[in-house]
Amino acid sequence: MHAIAVKGLRKTYAPQKGQGEGTEALKGVSLTVEEGDFFALLGPNGAGKTTLIGITSSLVNKSDGEVKVFGVDIDKDRSLAKTHIGLVPQEFNFNIFEKVIDIVTTQAGYYGIPRAEALSRAEKLLKDLGLWEKKDMPSQTLSGGMKRRLMIARGLVHNPKLLILDEPTAGVDVEMRHGMWEFLKKLNAEGTTIILTTHYLEEAEALCRNIAIINKGTIVVNEPMQQLLESRGHAKLEQIYLDLIKQESPA
Amino acid sequence: MTPDRMLIAYSTMLRNELVRIFRIWSQTLLPPVVTTSLYFVVFGAFIGSQIAPIDGFTYMQFIVPGLIMMSVITSSYMNTVSMFYFAKWTKTLDEMLVSPMPEWVIVAGYVSGGVLRGLLVGALVLAVSLFFTHLAIFNAFVLVAALVLTSVLFSLGGLINGVFAKGFDGISIVPTFVLTPLTYLGGIFYSVEMLPEFWQKVSLFNPILYMVNAFRYGFLGISDIPLWQCFAVLFAFLGIFIIVLMYLFKQGIGVKN
Repeated sequence: MHAIAVKGLRKTYAPQKGQGEGTEALKGVSLTVEEGDFFALLGPNGAGKTTLIGITSSLVNKSDGEVKVFGVDIDKDRSLAKTHIGLVPQEFNFNIFEKVIDIVTTQAGYYGIPRAEALSRAEKLLKDLGLWEKKDMPSQTLSGGMKRRLMIARGLVHNPKLLILDEPTAGVDVEMRHGMWEFLKKLNAEGTTIILTTHYLEEAEALCRNIAIINKGTIVVNEPMQQLLESRGHAKLEQIYLDLIKQESPA
Repeated sequence: MTPDRMLIAYSTMLRNELVRIFRIWSQTLLPPVVTTSLYFVVFGAFIGSQIAPIDGFTYMQFIVPGLIMMSVITSSYMNTVSMFYFAKWTKTLDEMLVSPMPEWVIVAGYVSGGVLRGLLVGALVLAVSLFFTHLAIFNAFVLVAALVLTSVLFSLGGLINGVFAKGFDGISIVPTFVLTPLTYLGGIFYSVEMLPEFWQKVSLFNPILYMVNAFRYGFLGISDIPLWQCFAVLFAFLGIFIIVLMYLFKQGIGVKN
């Protein structure tokens, strides 16, 4: 089964003041991610990654196309589709005045999870992510790496089948990053499908089995990671990535 | 999402709002109480003692219902406009938007937060007013209905403002330049019958006049406007605001990116 099936997805943002035309962020993207996959969605800034994630998780309205999450069309049963997804966005978007545990349990509440169960799930996740000691601290007191882990805990509190991570290790030190890798590998091994966007290409290479590279709203590569590396003479992913992006960019 | 899960989601929003209101009580509850107390002292006790009774009630008794209503209107409106815009600005709104909560539950959660704060402030202002004058309740049903419906209406209004706001200026323009003048000219401090005929007719275009009069009727049993008209205006605006808000949320206008 496809965790995500995207077909002919288009998104044009309305023009800003002073701009004649809108910005076409996605130009008919089609993409599938298999259930259980650890999938890398790479691309330069402004390529359309966050828009694609935003549409999938219902934060952005699409202009055209079709998105299915575990077979559920987001236009037909958006509510059900949302229950399958856990989102860890690029920007910190929790209330900085709230306590760590409250951020996680509140999110559980939004999914209709009873308070006692929410507390129990929050405890497990915060312990797994090394944040239990900080549970009663206001989130603004956490370090950057801890804030990233808090967002992962929040994204997982409703036990989603699919976790979407938008640059989860940005600004995180090497040791903590490797700790997060181990956590995500374990999560994936337990059955959670993961879509990862990152600018750390070694991270994608180390973790992901399949890869798509998006540039200027178009998918330029979508194949198994190993196949991509082998087809390019076992070059480093970073080099392949740069070659592909340059090919797609005007001289 | 099943109804029981919706109820949990709704109560989560409400609990968070209640905790926030009490955590920062010096910003949410205290200022309107202090401001209204000053009105009681200056307009009620000092100036009001020089003014002849209106429909058999002292000036202080006459203005208390309107001042309570003013506090409720302002608090309800400011709560939803500021909370929603803050959630948009910090992107914490995304926490709700990615969840399976239907749009109407999100709207209900925000509006209930506004009503909660409005009613808390109203109760506090009423308690303070009892230090200055004696008040009897003429019709409790009318009083509560007018109070709650008005609070719901202005919570909805604040939410619409929050949806359209593109900056912090955007959340203060309507309260300052629309809401405050309409409130002051909405018959809080005077009976419209005291006005020249032309201004009496102009006043009828002010929706707050109807709400203040309905509420005053609940306390004192007097109203410049027939009671049915007061509630007709309230329900008409409630209907319009609900339709507008649901459209905005369904379409994602001012809500989604």
